[in-house]
Amino acid sequence: MSDKPKIALYWCSSCGGCEESVIDLSESLLELNTRAEIVFWPVALDARRKDLEALGSGEIDVSLINGAIRLEEQAHMARLLRQKSKKVVAHGTCAHLGGIVGLGNFHSAQTLLKRAFREVPTVKNADGILPGESTEGSEPAPKLSGLTEKVMALDQMIEVDYTIPGCPPPPELMGEALWALLEGKLPKKGFVFGDRKALCDTCPLRESRPEKIRVKEFRRVHETEWDSEKCFLPQGLICLGPATRGGCGSRCIGANMPCRGCFGPLDSVADHGAAMLSFIASMIDGDREDTIRRITDTIPDPGGLFYRYSAPCSILGGKNRTKP
Amino acid sequence: MTRRIVIDPITRLEGHGKIDIQLDSKGQVARAFFQVPDFKGFEKFCEGRAAEEMPTLTQKICGVCPTAHHIASVKALDALFNVAPPEAAKKIRELMHTAFIYEDHLLHFFYLGGPDLLVDTGGKGLGRNIFGVIGKLGEKVGKQVIEIRKRVRGLNILISGSPLYPVCGLPGGVSKPVSEKERTGIKEIAADALRFARQCLDIFEKEVLSDPEFSNLMHSDAFSLRTYYMGMVDEKNCVSFYDGEIRIVDPEGAEFEKFVAKDYINHLEERVDTWSYMKTLYLKNVGWHGLRDGKKNGLYRVGPLARLNAAEGMATPLAQQEYERMVDASGGKPFHSTLAYHWARLIEVLFAAERMNEIACDETLTDSRIRTMPAQSPNEGVGICEAPRGTLIHHYETDKRAIIQKLNLLVATQNNAAAISLSVEKAARAFIKAGKVSDGVLNRIEMAYRAYDPCMACATH
Repeated sequence: MSDKPKIALYWCSSCGGCEESVIDLSESLLELNTRAEIVFWPVALDARRKDLEALGSGEIDVSLINGAIRLEEQAHMARLLRQKSKKVVAHGTCAHLGGIVGLGNFHSAQTLLKRAFREVPTVKNADGILPGESTEGSEPAPKLSGLTEKVMALDQMIEVDYTIPGCPPPPELMGEALWALLEGKLPKKGFVFGDRKALCDTCPLRESRPEKIRVKEFRRVHETEWDSEKCFLPQGLICLGPATRGGCGSRCIGANMPCRGCFGPLDSVADHGAAMLSFIASMIDGDREDTIRRITDTIPDPGGLFYRYSAPCSILGGKNRTKP
Repeated sequence: MTRRIVIDPITRLEGHGKIDIQLDSKGQVARAFFQVPDFKGFEKFCEGRAAEEMPTLTQKICGVCPTAHHIASVKALDALFNVAPPEAAKKIRELMHTAFIYEDHLLHFFYLGGPDLLVDTGGKGLGRNIFGVIGKLGEKVGKQVIEIRKRVRGLNILISGSPLYPVCGLPGGVSKPVSEKERTGIKEIAADALRFARQCLDIFEKEVLSDPEFSNLMHSDAFSLRTYYMGMVDEKNCVSFYDGEIRIVDPEGAEFEKFVAKDYINHLEERVDTWSYMKTLYLKNVGWHGLRDGKKNGLYRVGPLARLNAAEGMATPLAQQEYERMVDASGGKPFHSTLAYHWARLIEVLFAAERMNEIACDETLTDSRIRTMPAQSPNEGVGICEAPRGTLIHHYETDKRAIIQKLNLLVATQNNAAAISLSVEKAARAFIKAGKVSDGVLNRIEMAYRAYDPCMACATH
């Protein structure tokens, strides 16, 4: 038996990007494997579900779980990992806030299925069958896990101790969080790694942001040529930097594109999109209702823009706090 | 049915999957199912979103091949707005995409599928992984793999903002030019990438091809399917990742169909099963006649081996030499061995490295004209590129304000869905005798899908 701390890494409804954020630890991944015993990590190791089930309650020191909860089976795996682990970390934006897959909460689960399996122009499905439907009487196919009613962030399903934000978290932040956890330097429960300040505060374009920003219209990137040396906001381009936690290394800004908010809200903020909307409201150059409406109408798809990563945790709905 | 063997979860691939093998009363395989329990609904929840956000939104389908989605998406936007990017922008996109395919293929060979070939565990499980590979090949090679992937991903940070999720794609171009100073750094990385690509083929020769056990497996019926093959080709019918026409060859290697992006719908069709969220693509003009290979069924394959089979050669000299070696060893094209995907993948690594060098050495890469502004009202656009795992298609319809009304996504691994299922079932039948299974036998079955480097998040999206 190894006396090294045991860790597990698992994905729920995810894209695999958070696994890459661990592989991107590069040489430090070898150090991780030396300093800890990785007991479960499907992307890289051949351990199975039965190996996980065979572990004792609380036997894993830290489990990092990425991805949102979209399938019943993912909810089951999250609960299983919670039971086996002393500490659980929500790893990446989907586990933290629901993420892109959380945009699914603007529709019912059934609507999502119907579009993909019955309606897209390439599908041929005369009987209109959907995955997960009963197969009784036909071939002895395996059962398929159903979708949850809504997409959930990890803490809407199980108790979460800490969060590493980002889509995906940068390797530097992953390293910082992992070493702290493995060395037992545990932050207080609920801690979200990353900066305490907004991205705006450390943005390389910060100097060019005026004290007061006023715009007469919002513009879209495909129809605008902007000054890459200047803050996006006074140029009418929406950037979620003012309402988003820093710590990403301003990577989108570095490629001359605005922030889309993957690090989520600051500590004191419950609803990321509402925080950004309130900032946007302060930018509108006009007092009359029709002027304000004309300006806000220049923002296409505010729901999808301001809640791109956080719909399941928002006041818009889709909030499902039913715990098992 | 008397007994089931379930591999849950299947491992060393991107995303979720299970294999459910059903044995008859004599312990022989009756059926084997490759199931994907994952679904997100991108084709619905992207409706109503702004078109220009699609390259950064749809790429979240996959954190392993996001750059491919970014490229297919931005090409769909070019078509949607009917706008042609300036030459420098096309080169920047192609460089980013090629660099990504290079490092992603290495990820598969050293971290995911390659451990099956490189690590002899005597049939016992847990050593088949990157740590086992480093143990086998030595720390020096291990650190070279890590280092070159890090540097090539660094190249993409420079171009696109992130090692993982690029953000630079815009309809008609990219958001950021490449400076002359940056080009100097890119040239150094590309030169080192080429050296390491050649080393990878040496490793493959020494550690894999010269192993008689691998050679037997590669040429065995258990790992062979006679299928159609599909991939993108340039005007000389050479493999192309970024731009070109889609070519399909039949199981004898004759050209069956060739089409441009916007016509994809006339050639490909997909079917639904109740027991998996992965839809199965097949050739519309051959039709679906069940899970079997051969010329009479529309089952086809994509990805590295399929690209090499569907093309007539490689566009760069060193890759062409290696291509000819592989064709000689196969006894003539098409090469139907599923395990030859590993070999083809490394030939593509070499091609990617040579192409990166060509682009990096091109002075026009640093031209400051990187955008053509859209002038037309949008309507509909299709974008295609080759993802590491196969042909990737994004199709958008918008209103006049460029708000997405409908979209259809045919994602690389979906093309291989039927081939993966059939390969797994065939391997199960070959290796499970009288109901006896061991870790080694189950891994052989897993080798049947790992060779494809499948991405289940893509396949279900």
